[in-house]
Amino acid sequence: MKIPDLAELALRNLRESVLRNSLTTIGISVGVASLVAMLSLGIGLQQLASRRLVKAGLFDTVLVTSRRDVRNMGREEERNGPAPGESRILDETSRLEIEHLPNVSEAYPDIRFITELRYEDKPHMSMVSALPASAKSNDAFEGMPGRFFSSDTAPEVILQKAFAAELLSKTPKPGVDDVDVASLAPPLLGRKLIMRYAQRVASSSNSSTTASPANGQSTVAGAAYSVVSREQELTIVGISDLDPESMRGPTRARVFLPLKLAESLHVMQPADLREISHAATDQPVYSSISVRVSSPKHVQPVEDTVKKMGFNTFSILDATRSLRQFFEVLDLFLGIFGSLALAVASIGIVNTLVMAILERRREIGIMKAIGASDSDVKNLFFAEAGAMGIMGGIVGVALGWAIGHVINLGTNIYLKRQSLPPEHFWAVPWWLVAFAIGFAILVSLVSGLYPAARAARLDPVQALRYE
Amino acid sequence: MTVEPMTAALRNSPQDGVIRTENLCRHYRMGETLIRAVDGISLEVRTGEFVALLGTSGSGKSSVLNLIAGLDRPTSGTVMVQDRNLALLSREELAKYRLHVVGMVFQSFNLIASMSLAENVELPLRFAEVDREKRGALVREALERVGLRARMNHRPSELSGGEQQRAALARALINRPQLLLADEPTGNLDSHTGSEIMDLIHQLNLQLGMTVVMVTHERALAERYAESMIFLADGKLVGDLQIEHGPDAPATAAVSIAEGQR
Repeated sequence: MKIPDLAELALRNLRESVLRNSLTTIGISVGVASLVAMLSLGIGLQQLASRRLVKAGLFDTVLVTSRRDVRNMGREEERNGPAPGESRILDETSRLEIEHLPNVSEAYPDIRFITELRYEDKPHMSMVSALPASAKSNDAFEGMPGRFFSSDTAPEVILQKAFAAELLSKTPKPGVDDVDVASLAPPLLGRKLIMRYAQRVASSSNSSTTASPANGQSTVAGAAYSVVSREQELTIVGISDLDPESMRGPTRARVFLPLKLAESLHVMQPADLREISHAATDQPVYSSISVRVSSPKHVQPVEDTVKKMGFNTFSILDATRSLRQFFEVLDLFLGIFGSLALAVASIGIVNTLVMAILERRREIGIMKAIGASDSDVKNLFFAEAGAMGIMGGIVGVALGWAIGHVINLGTNIYLKRQSLPPEHFWAVPWWLVAFAIGFAILVSLVSGLYPAARAARLDPVQALRYE
Repeated sequence: MTVEPMTAALRNSPQDGVIRTENLCRHYRMGETLIRAVDGISLEVRTGEFVALLGTSGSGKSSVLNLIAGLDRPTSGTVMVQDRNLALLSREELAKYRLHVVGMVFQSFNLIASMSLAENVELPLRFAEVDREKRGALVREALERVGLRARMNHRPSELSGGEQQRAALARALINRPQLLLADEPTGNLDSHTGSEIMDLIHQLNLQLGMTVVMVTHERALAERYAESMIFLADGKLVGDLQIEHGPDAPATAAVSIAEGQR
């Protein structure tokens, strides 16, 4: 029998006992809906978590340090390769080299220093850190009171809320560990802050003894630079809700400057002392460089290449890996629970079709007597199972999507009551829709195997005798 | 009601012995006892012949018909139809044989209740994978032949017994078989309707040269239409008889025969 005929006969047979077949189809729908709901929850949570982490720059950042920084001595990669003294210096040349590696979107130096900041003639001490322009999309700076830096060189500053509270002499009440950012912003935004810092100035007397940056190994005796005390006026433009302890890298500070501005200040860095022969020139030496990779999957290759260049690297890829593993296991469990309902529904299909065989026994006998082959009969039952699968799958996906929407809506109403921002816990990607419908059809066909084979095997003489 | 002759190509070849059985047996077990439904029957039906299988209930006449129809397989012996041994055909080949070579009508009509007449008649065309465009015309033609064109969209339950049997006949003939097998075709009909059906079958036999094997327990009916009668008892062949018909024999005494036998 041709496929259109098969489909037509299957659908008319399904219409004949519409109640029973509808109930069976609803059973499949509920199964598919629970599968879709469970998996979309898993996927949604995973996306939520990775969105957060990607925004925080944790997934796609590699921290590069020089092997000459022997504070971390003893780690495996430091014991292999050249000795610290023979390793390369992390300077502008290496930064550019790293930035030009494939899949690297930016490589910026981590400029961090502890210094004094004066606000209304009162001194405050803080760690100051430079932020690249790309940090704008970081969760900590997106949607904060105020705004991000107007440019990469603007004399502007963003304060962490605890430091802002300190400037306003507001100490959080005991037992309350949170300061309301919104109340801190109005008195501070637009106000000036004076930053005092130690500037490194290349000594003019040594300018002739240039170190060769190519091998980085020259040691020039008598190299010198001056350290000059400077002041820089900064305008407060934003207050961030960032928790300094939860972050690493450049965000682990309480005062933030634009990167290019910080670079131009030539603030004394710890590495300047170690690499005095280089520091004596205009070329800065960095204690670490943050490398942002275009996608988390490129972290490992970039890390490997940078290691080959002779630097130490660090990324939280391992943490990412275990997080992904967690979500894969979670998805698996949610999928299994979701599939249970579908498994129950498949028993419904078997039951419906076996009942249909008993009911249509005579009909099967007639069909065989007038020339239907075993495979015609088998395919007809198969088509009926498949049709229930398709319909159940489509309705189920719609149902699962609706359930997801309702739960998402409910959760967001709850979050709003807790004055938390709304989130998407739910994601129904297209592949899930296709997978769910495909899975429903597959389960239906597998369920149809036994009834179809049984119908095909029916002896026509006995079937015709059946009343 | 007339039967239009089919194309010459579909007429049976003039060779004799379209159906031949040799020592045909069909035994089956029912609990402890072995039932010999068909027990060593050898018979021959010539092309274009109208044969009646007669016997009481349980004589094995329907079992023989089922074996010839390819609905059942013999325990031993052979059934040769047009030089193919049905016992050696696969299930798939048997289905093809039933689809193209044999047309069957039954005592209880066996139309599918959920389908209209047209859909019932169309069913064998679907199995034969006949193009959809051709099917409509074939179905209309077949129903026209049995005088049911106007009722093609009715369901069987809306029709009288005679009409249902005519529809069943249209379905049996739709794939233009060479062999018409009828199992008590008038058994559920009143005598008048019964003769209408028998006339129709007789016309098919005469005008198309279709070989007809009919199972009946009504000797008078057999005498009136068949060219030969084969008598069965307890699964065995107990006699056969050739009937000489006058030129208009089938038209007479239909009522008395039917009533006398019932």
